[in-house]
Amino acid sequence: MTISRRALLAAGAGVGLLTACGSNTGRGDGSGAGPKLSQWYHQYGEAGTEQAVKRYAAAYKKAEVTVQWRPGNYDQQTAAALLTESGPDVFEGGPTLDQIQGGQVVDLTDLLEGVKDDFNPAVLTPKTYDGKIWGIPQVIDMQLLYYRKSLLKDAGVEPPTTLDALVDAARKLTTKKVKGLFLGNDGGAGVLGGTPLYAAGLQLVTEDGKVGFDDPAAALALAKIYQLYADKSLLLGAPTDWSDPSAFLQGLTAMQWSGLWALPQVQKELGDDFGVLPFPKDGSGSPAVPVGAFGAAVSARSKHKEAASDFVKWLWVERADYQEDFALSYGFHIPARISLAKKADKLKTGAAAEAVRFTTDHGYAQPLLWTPASQTAYQDALSRIIKSGANPESELRTVVRKVSAELDRVKKKS
Amino acid sequence: MTAERRVRNHTLWFWIFVGPFALGLGLFTYVPLLWSVGLSFFDAHNTVTPTEFVGLDNYQAVLSDDAFTDSLRTFLVFTAFIVPATYVLSLALALMVNRVRRAQAFFRSVFFLPAACSYVVAALIWKMSIFNGVRFGLANTVLGWFGGDPIAWLSTTDPPWYWLVIVTVRLWLQAGFYMILFLAGLQRIDPGLYEAAAVDGARPGWQVLRHITLPQLRATSIAVVLLLVINAFQAFDEFYNLLSDARGYPPYARPPLVYLYYIALGQGQNLGLGSAGAVVLALIIVVVTVGQARWFGLGRREE
Repeated sequence: MTISRRALLAAGAGVGLLTACGSNTGRGDGSGAGPKLSQWYHQYGEAGTEQAVKRYAAAYKKAEVTVQWRPGNYDQQTAAALLTESGPDVFEGGPTLDQIQGGQVVDLTDLLEGVKDDFNPAVLTPKTYDGKIWGIPQVIDMQLLYYRKSLLKDAGVEPPTTLDALVDAARKLTTKKVKGLFLGNDGGAGVLGGTPLYAAGLQLVTEDGKVGFDDPAAALALAKIYQLYADKSLLLGAPTDWSDPSAFLQGLTAMQWSGLWALPQVQKELGDDFGVLPFPKDGSGSPAVPVGAFGAAVSARSKHKEAASDFVKWLWVERADYQEDFALSYGFHIPARISLAKKADKLKTGAAAEAVRFTTDHGYAQPLLWTPASQTAYQDALSRIIKSGANPESELRTVVRKVSAELDRVKKKS
Repeated sequence: MTAERRVRNHTLWFWIFVGPFALGLGLFTYVPLLWSVGLSFFDAHNTVTPTEFVGLDNYQAVLSDDAFTDSLRTFLVFTAFIVPATYVLSLALALMVNRVRRAQAFFRSVFFLPAACSYVVAALIWKMSIFNGVRFGLANTVLGWFGGDPIAWLSTTDPPWYWLVIVTVRLWLQAGFYMILFLAGLQRIDPGLYEAAAVDGARPGWQVLRHITLPQLRATSIAVVLLLVINAFQAFDEFYNLLSDARGYPPYARPPLVYLYYIALGQGQNLGLGSAGAVVLALIIVVVTVGQARWFGLGRREE
């Protein structure tokens, strides 16, 4: 198993898939005291991030930390590597419920002693299972709706505050050359996920571990997403996907759902000609934005679990200066520490300030119990509803059945 | 004594040549295969050394999963498109190239060249430049000349335009390779047969093709169809690269291997369920291939 896995990675490196996973930490020799640790990050798109994390690692004196920067399907890579001895000691990841239940990650509760309250509860809760903390939130990412002020004004459309208004606005903004709204090339099934449900006042999984959208309001909300598709208001088949603001910047669409990370680029190219919104409310619900955070976790197969946990504590708990630098100097994220988020000047004005407000007021994080199996079942149904006009009620009934079975499975294990 | 040593030498040399391959085959093919069969009887979430035996539960789960049966349907549809299309196109190319008297080697190479292109690269070209959904994609530009609206080729399910993209990319990639097989077959046909047909008054063209060329190509055709079906079963690269995104894969056009990839190797590492699916698929391939071989009379002595 180990050999073939290695051979595979070596082959991948050979053709340049993993070109960036070098072992050069950018530091001279001599400082290498203590155990050798390997730390994995997924590939951040923003320039400078890789150099920054390598700089942090090099500054740690109690162990020799090697950073691996991994492009490609990061979640799959870590999931596979965690099965072997040759995986990372420290990695950023969910960690997922199956990883926690399978004993693949180490309990990190002690690391947060005394500072637990300083971590934003929205992102700390999904790292908590069985009363223990399994990953230290690094930075908060969130998604929101960008709109082009000038285009909305030309079409005589107000920034939409309800889902119905969004459907109307997207239709009015659609012309032969420009589409009204971009929710990703799959029509939104992937990126929206549970957001329309939360905006309709529902949730994916309730606090006591039941299906949270077994309600007629869910079908009503999802039918409106289908309306967007049926009206041909959605941009589809763009060269870049929702996570990249290019489609919005190139004028292919008047509104786009994207991440907070896109904000600096949008601001640079459009100046004042854009605004941001949360996902608008539907019915008796309230607006919603998805928030999430990579957690720094320690592999249970690591040979130096103590040293690895110490390193995580040093970087993600003690070194607030690095956390601030990581969140704000390269891409655009909200620090996971409330004290840091309050201090950050960049987050005090304009669209960034609004994004922070959306996060506090309307943010929801995907529950830990929402496993990939549930996610797939839901996303398949959502895609069929949006693109094939499948009946939302019957599709959702199937999803509810599958998700309850999955919830039973994971609850049985605890 | 020399005879005995020669025998021993033979054995030694046999193992020197065969040993490494047998070892590799055992280690990298048979061990994982049997391991996977073993996993299929366990609850193996995120582990390859599971402890919880669940009997046939995984098989029951995979067979009752409508996504799995959908993936089999996708495979059937794909086969129904790609096998006849490749067969006809590569045969037509072979017949044409075979008739060319000048620069035959040039045309042979030109049509064979796409076979050297990787599926991933071709899929990306198809996705990004030819069939991208916005107004400046190649296909949409052509549509625009005739006043058509841009079509989101890969995201439209009604009508299912994505099949056009998936089938054409594979057709382009593999037609040249099968053309070479047909060319080899054509060159083995005795020219005397054509002369005899001409003497008997067969008109060149359809009649000769139907009664001389096709029957003489029977062995090649059988091999080509078998290979095409097995290749269609193993379809993964172009589907994955055309349709997947960071958030997963749409519920349509999901062939069996893509389905298995997402349940066993994606974020949810349900290796038990994935192994059960793989075993079911392997059995289907065995049945189909044996059935096909029987039907075509493969391996039967030529009369």
